[in-house]
Amino acid sequence: MALLEVNDLRTQFKTDDGVVLAVDGVSFSVEKGQTLGIVGESGSGKSVTCLTIMGLNNRRTSHSTGEARFKDENLLKMSPKRLREVRGNEISMIFQDPMTSLNPVHTVGRQLVEAVLLHNDDVTKSQAKARSVELLKAVGIPRAERRTEDYPHQFSGGMRQRVMIAMALINNPDLLIADEPTTALDVTTQAQILNLMHKLQQDFGSAILMITHDLGVVAEIADDVVVMYAARVQEQGKVENLFQRPQHPYTWGLLGSLPRLDQNVERLVQIPGQPPSLLDGRIPPGCRFHPRCAYVMDVCKRVEPKLEPTQGDDQHFNRCHLDQDVKDREAAKLASGALAEAS
Amino acid sequence: MAQVAVQPQEQPFETTGDELLVVDNVTKYFPITRGIIFQKQIGAVKAVDGVSFAVREGETLGVVGESGCGKSTMARCVMRLLEPTSGRIVFRNRDITKLSRAQMRPIRREMMMVFQDPYASLNARKRVGFIVAEALEVHKLGTPQEVKRRVQELLEVVGLNPEHYNRFPHEFSGGQRQRIGVARALAVNPKLIVCDEPVSALDVSVQAQILNLLKDLQRDFGLTYVFIAHDLNVVRHISDRVMVMYLGKAVELATRDQLYIEPKHPYTGALLSAVPIPDPELGRARKQVVLEGDVPSPINPPSACRFHPRCPRFVQGHCDVEEPLLGPIGARGHVGACHYPLERWPISDEDFRRPKPAPAVAAAEPAD
Repeated sequence: MALLEVNDLRTQFKTDDGVVLAVDGVSFSVEKGQTLGIVGESGSGKSVTCLTIMGLNNRRTSHSTGEARFKDENLLKMSPKRLREVRGNEISMIFQDPMTSLNPVHTVGRQLVEAVLLHNDDVTKSQAKARSVELLKAVGIPRAERRTEDYPHQFSGGMRQRVMIAMALINNPDLLIADEPTTALDVTTQAQILNLMHKLQQDFGSAILMITHDLGVVAEIADDVVVMYAARVQEQGKVENLFQRPQHPYTWGLLGSLPRLDQNVERLVQIPGQPPSLLDGRIPPGCRFHPRCAYVMDVCKRVEPKLEPTQGDDQHFNRCHLDQDVKDREAAKLASGALAEAS
Repeated sequence: MAQVAVQPQEQPFETTGDELLVVDNVTKYFPITRGIIFQKQIGAVKAVDGVSFAVREGETLGVVGESGCGKSTMARCVMRLLEPTSGRIVFRNRDITKLSRAQMRPIRREMMMVFQDPYASLNARKRVGFIVAEALEVHKLGTPQEVKRRVQELLEVVGLNPEHYNRFPHEFSGGQRQRIGVARALAVNPKLIVCDEPVSALDVSVQAQILNLLKDLQRDFGLTYVFIAHDLNVVRHISDRVMVMYLGKAVELATRDQLYIEPKHPYTGALLSAVPIPDPELGRARKQVVLEGDVPSPINPPSACRFHPRCPRFVQGHCDVEEPLLGPIGARGHVGACHYPLERWPISDEDFRRPKPAPAVAAAEPAD
């Protein structure tokens, strides 16, 4: 029984231009103590997936169907009261921008204490204070006792992100959702934060759902990977399999467009064009990736492929019409750096 | 607080005289003032503090460093968008540091800039045709018909449709806007393009499009780039030589392969080891050297070697007393500023923390 099971999740937004299908039939599961990475470009629906799971979408303009079962309770059907109990307690979230997700007019200590007191009736204020100092120490903030008196603007970007992580972990959540937690940070700080998240996962046993556009980060931290494009899962599997034997042209593009320290390539693989609009009616028919795909066939323009297991690896799913031997051949080309010349 | 005076640095590289751009010991201090009527200066942000380098014609010099290391300020000084506090900028063998605005104007044609944020760097109220043509009009290059033809040609060169001439920037995606920014920079046939984080706001697939475009343009038009980025992978991909900056100073400068295969400065080493590798096996197998803490404030930088409070190889009584000067380390053309450079790479965490004094060549460097 997985900790979080998402089944056929769909989210629509009503906008002035029409209905946007931001998430369109996404399924995955997160096991206890494991890390799932969701990758994709901006606008692929990865953040909305998480906001939907957390019940943070505007209820008036959005509509979600499907289910997100957390410990056998469907989060989408939960009452607002029950949802408030779960959020920040059993599931917590780290947002991308640490500058805007802390309240600038309260001290960091007060914001941490608030998170403890809200979810624990039997805890006194001084216990809550002690707990927040403990967490700030755990995330590696020097002089934690004194820093609880400081306001967010007195911290640097990396330190603020640590405060966010401390706040997210303060009630020992079972699931931590991290939406691009290191994107706004420098590489050295990013390495610090990723190491910290990894260590805390080992100490606290939380599961992590990590959203990122950086395949390097996913390779470092995730156990399982979901690749999203145009509101749908295009490929998913164990991290080793997905990186060793990527099966979808979009994944090839993502991997090949990344300049790497350990490979010398003259040109990068480029995915031509832009991600499609997700307005209802404007989404490409057939395979959603076909207008940008270098391997497009006639069938791709008409029939959308199903998410099917890969030959020889039933834990590895992909959504592509290409023959298995073509996929394996191109994946091998990508690994040898020869794919870029073709694009 | 006593500041360590900026030592007059010897040029750590030989100049042959045919460099396109020579930056010689440039500093930029932003004053911090107090008081409303009688403003007195109480300090300075030492954003750039004695940086020297040269760029040869047709090459790409990459500049990397964490945020706040002064790389953007340095770029703006090179472009004379900011007045450097001291130092010299020589462009095509002409000292442009003290030129007046009018004297600068013909030179501005030859050095252009591509900015980081494709949303903020294009005027939202002007049509694309006007944005790209503006430089042509300022420099009075051609009749209106010629300008229009040139702009449409440029749009095509950067991979946009010439019919986009009459559109507004908001009608384009981030990647397309950055292409407009590149077209604008190309309009007057510049020699040098300074790219300040041109791809960091873009998605990876679009980033690859822009990087390929920049490389193609360099090949076709013989451009010279100063390419600033915080992403070491991107810099490695596009650069011929790379300069690493830390807190307003250059700490290492070498050819791309020297720097990435055999980094000498511990800061470069730490940066390289912090880069995530998109390969689960390689990435998890390697030993990371994780720096602690944050970049200190440039208002009151650490004494002597500015990296010493975070450096795993810090030797008390040496690194915090005597400032290492930028001098040759390792192979020819490889310069760095460290008393205890890395002996080899990759290096284990333990060896990283066990510094050996620099070999004689680096120790004797101020003499030559």
